[in-house]
Amino acid sequence: MKIHEYQAKELFAIYGIPVALSRAVTSVEDAVNAGKEIGSPVVVKAQIHAGGRGKGGGIALAKDEAAVREAADRILGTALVTPQTGPEGRVVRTLLIEKASEIASEFYLAITVDRARRQAVAIASRAGGVNIEETAEKDPDAILKEWIEPAIGLRPFQAHRLVRKLGLPKAAVRPATKLILNLYKLFCSEDCSLAEINPLAITADDELVAIDAKLTFDDSGLFRHPATQELRDLSEEDPLEVEATAVNLNYIKLDGNVGCLVNGAGLAMATMDLIDHVGARPANFLDVGGGATAEMIEKGFRILVGDPDVEAVFINIFGGILRCDILAEGVVAAAKAVDVKLPVIVRLEGTNVEAGREILASSGLEFRTASDLEEAAEMVGDVVKGVAT
Amino acid sequence: MSILIDEQTRAMVQGITGGEGRFHTERMLQDGTNIVAGVTPGKASESVEGVPVFDTVSDAVAETGANASILFVPPPFAADAILEAAEAGIELIVCLTEGVPVHDMLPVRRYVDLVGTKLIGPNTPGLISPGKSKLGVMAGYIHKPGSIGIISRSGTLTYEVVHQLTTLGIGQSTCVGIGGDPIVGLSYKELLPMFEQDPETEGIILIGEIGGSAEEEAAELIEREISKPVVAFIAGRTAPPGRRMGHAGAIIAGGSGTAEAKMQALIGAGVTVAASPAEIGASMAERLSS
Repeated sequence: MKIHEYQAKELFAIYGIPVALSRAVTSVEDAVNAGKEIGSPVVVKAQIHAGGRGKGGGIALAKDEAAVREAADRILGTALVTPQTGPEGRVVRTLLIEKASEIASEFYLAITVDRARRQAVAIASRAGGVNIEETAEKDPDAILKEWIEPAIGLRPFQAHRLVRKLGLPKAAVRPATKLILNLYKLFCSEDCSLAEINPLAITADDELVAIDAKLTFDDSGLFRHPATQELRDLSEEDPLEVEATAVNLNYIKLDGNVGCLVNGAGLAMATMDLIDHVGARPANFLDVGGGATAEMIEKGFRILVGDPDVEAVFINIFGGILRCDILAEGVVAAAKAVDVKLPVIVRLEGTNVEAGREILASSGLEFRTASDLEEAAEMVGDVVKGVAT
Repeated sequence: MSILIDEQTRAMVQGITGGEGRFHTERMLQDGTNIVAGVTPGKASESVEGVPVFDTVSDAVAETGANASILFVPPPFAADAILEAAEAGIELIVCLTEGVPVHDMLPVRRYVDLVGTKLIGPNTPGLISPGKSKLGVMAGYIHKPGSIGIISRSGTLTYEVVHQLTTLGIGQSTCVGIGGDPIVGLSYKELLPMFEQDPETEGIILIGEIGGSAEEEAAELIEREISKPVVAFIAGRTAPPGRRMGHAGAIIAGGSGTAEAKMQALIGAGVTVAASPAEIGASMAERLSS
């Protein structure tokens, strides 16, 4: 789960990570008032769950009240397009008004999980404020790493070593070491999968300040953080995805023309690949899971056909815990309720498959049933080529 | 032969008195698993399907000599249950639980390595040596005893592949679901050599997906150490970057973990990579006959 910069900075403050004075606002008037309170100059920053905001014009330095008003008026309510949002952009609903810092130098600092080594890792670089992946590719030596022993945690000597290698000014060495240890404390205590400061700045007075803040939480750890769950911003997510999540379906909207409903994440991805393989494009990822009920199947089917880009539906179920007759009941109920005009290709296998096929066949609806994956793929291919009748 | 489990395996079920635990205990017994003990704190002296229930893992081990354990334990308690089993000397632990926090799994993985316990999962359907033993929730009847080893990060996609093989008349030695989470126990690189050394296994199917670098590591190992034919499929070629595709581990992050990179690495190591999920069984049949 992602959160906004202003929310991450509130957590930073709690964990003793220095941030500039700031206030989150949702109107131009509040932005102007916040600017007055904080004192010019301030930075006006769009709050969306995507990076590259500066490049998209979502961050503005405002030297006076008029400039704050102009920037807030320009950014608030617009769909901000950045390299990470896609062409449709993200509507800006919140701004962060922040005291501008006099930056002498910028660094990169992050803590994340290194899957290959199965341990957390602290990453730092002198190349702050830029795309760290580009730096890692062009100049791997510029990326400093300290791997963290899970039972022992990040040790002060390791944080100190990172700081020395970064070449920070003497006055900043101790506070920076402390900052890195505090970031690790936050990373663990809040069940983060990523805690990133990019850039971390040293001011003209050798003070440290986190200019940006990015926290991503491990979804599996959210159950023990009710306060973090409250930070979720549903307006940043696709409405169809939000609807699906409410009934425990795992749905991701894509930009293709064949909708698919599958049980199991791996088979769902493989089904998307199969659609692509026969010359169509998957319109979504939809994993109904192992324990889906007829109601969940019906809801999932409705979400699929509610996507205006969908020209055909492909249902691929390998029944185990989810029985084929339950699946068939849900699909028939949904297809009758929404009066589907689209071609629906169904491939069922596994537990109670005969009962499931019988329910589909006797429903009076026109399903195209495939006996195996190979045949299903051919049917999908025929439908998108328009040769099927 | 087979790997990890067979008729000799003395299995224990942690969380045996819960709904899932009871249901799958019955099914595992039907599929031939030798279940000697169950564990649920506070439920000692009960029994499930004739299997005695103990209060702690160490009691169960002392009384029954259990040497493998399967866990039906909810996410908040899964890490502790794994540690309890590892500490009691259980040699193989299978954790099915979906949604175990990554921060719980980091020290757990370190500890099981330290004491030499083999961990499968979490977030896996488990494993099966058809006709011999099953520590998992997969439907036994789609399998057939035979000579193909399967290692997979996915559940239902594995059933699909097993079904394709069985339909072609090709049986399986052992099918292992390694789990879909970012931090899991045994992975391809530990399991591939076991299949290489198993005299009954004649070919290996590797089912991977986007995210992480386990498939790339497997490719390196296959090139160096594996002489048996390997067929692979990588799910998620059409998945967009930055989105978690169901499994917590299935995410393309910062340009790494793409299906393309994994397929290229495997092809480079002499692995037959199936272009479509419908062709995995047939690809193995072809490798076996050539």
